[in-house]
Amino acid sequence: MRRIVVVGASMGGLRAAEQLRAAGFAGELTVVGDEPHRPYNRPPLSKEVLASEVTHEAVAFRMRASVEDVDWRLGVPVVSSDLAARTLTLLDGSSLAYDGLVVATGLRARRLPQPGLADRRHVVRTLDDATRLRAVLTPGARVVVIGAGFVGCEVAATARKLGAEVTVVCATSEPLMSPLGPDLGAELRRRHEAQGVRFLLGRTVTSFGEVGDVLLSDGTALAADVIIEAVGSTPCVSWLDGNGLDLSDGVLCDADLRVEGRPDVVAVGDVARFPNARYDGECRRVEHWSIPTDTARKAARSLLGVASPPFAPLPSFWSDQYELRIQSFGAPGLGGDDIRVLEGEPSGECAVGYHRDGDLVGVVLLGLTSAIPRYRKQLMDAFAAKV
Amino acid sequence: MKIIVDMDRCQDHGQCVFSAPDVFRLNDEGHLEYEETADESLRDAVEEAADVCPLQAITIEG
Repeated sequence: MRRIVVVGASMGGLRAAEQLRAAGFAGELTVVGDEPHRPYNRPPLSKEVLASEVTHEAVAFRMRASVEDVDWRLGVPVVSSDLAARTLTLLDGSSLAYDGLVVATGLRARRLPQPGLADRRHVVRTLDDATRLRAVLTPGARVVVIGAGFVGCEVAATARKLGAEVTVVCATSEPLMSPLGPDLGAELRRRHEAQGVRFLLGRTVTSFGEVGDVLLSDGTALAADVIIEAVGSTPCVSWLDGNGLDLSDGVLCDADLRVEGRPDVVAVGDVARFPNARYDGECRRVEHWSIPTDTARKAARSLLGVASPPFAPLPSFWSDQYELRIQSFGAPGLGGDDIRVLEGEPSGECAVGYHRDGDLVGVVLLGLTSAIPRYRKQLMDAFAAKV
Repeated sequence: MKIIVDMDRCQDHGQCVFSAPDVFRLNDEGHLEYEETADESLRDAVEEAADVCPLQAITIEG
């Protein structure tokens, strides 16, 4: 393999390049990205980057010395590909040939389909998105956040801390329902409410700028200076159209992260839909911060034909809202039908376990940081005992 | 190999501890403690620890 092209220049793309070098690849490495910036860390976008003037340098990833010679093609997305001919076409019309391809294009923010008020509507996916939003999050601004997942809740907390009047609208009966379940969701809602955030639950958006600024499904009309759409994300895969791939939800991979078994194409990060030996044979995309690094290590070795252990990552992520640190290990979403408080009180600090068929599959901690190693070990041991 | 952790950035996530337990640990209060130098044989583990730091607070010199 002489030349490997990595499409996507965020965390997954960078980690793939580093891991290809670590696994012994000494050939040409090109990384193509649609954003103008070198890889940077996205979690601060909903927090520090909104709260103060944060430069790219402050959020840029540390890079290993091994990738100093990488050819970075930034600000130019790949628009199409021919996997049989092993060529890519970029937006500027140029083409790139490869021997090995890493798919690392990640996600883009999903937008609501209703038209109207375009200049007041924001998403928080890129550094440029966050910089644009920062300028309008001023004290007293009327902010409507649509969606109450982690991004919606973190942005609501940051906007409130900056003195904005914040209303969160979501379709579910509590915030963070699907990742955490109703009880922790309700607990986090109470903490936001204690800070002055208002929640309008079980409602969706009907229109923008027709009745009031934001009209909801129950007839409520809201005034809004700033509207933040935090309604999830969509895999960036259109550049792979026409190759006969299953692109129904990201890029379908085998257990070695090869794209549908191809020897010359692998996928990393949250665009990859892969089976995790830790849980079952089901292929899933995982939008957790730990996944780009884990998938890059495995995918690089698969692409180079270097042996590596079966892929069974323990996903993890965290969220900071006000003074509270939330940490998650494993797959709480798979254990939503059997949720037990393992330690402490949800109104204070606690550990909550998520079980499937009686087995612990995920742990979420509110605070209680000193207990992290213990619960992580419990999850690792639970898996080791099964295999 | 010299290891520097920017303690103004560090928020005690503990991810480095899982990658390189011989170098990083959380004390009883949940705060990070670490060795400032490590043997070359630990380079892979320390590189991984630096990769997985949510705050990107770990620098390796030499």
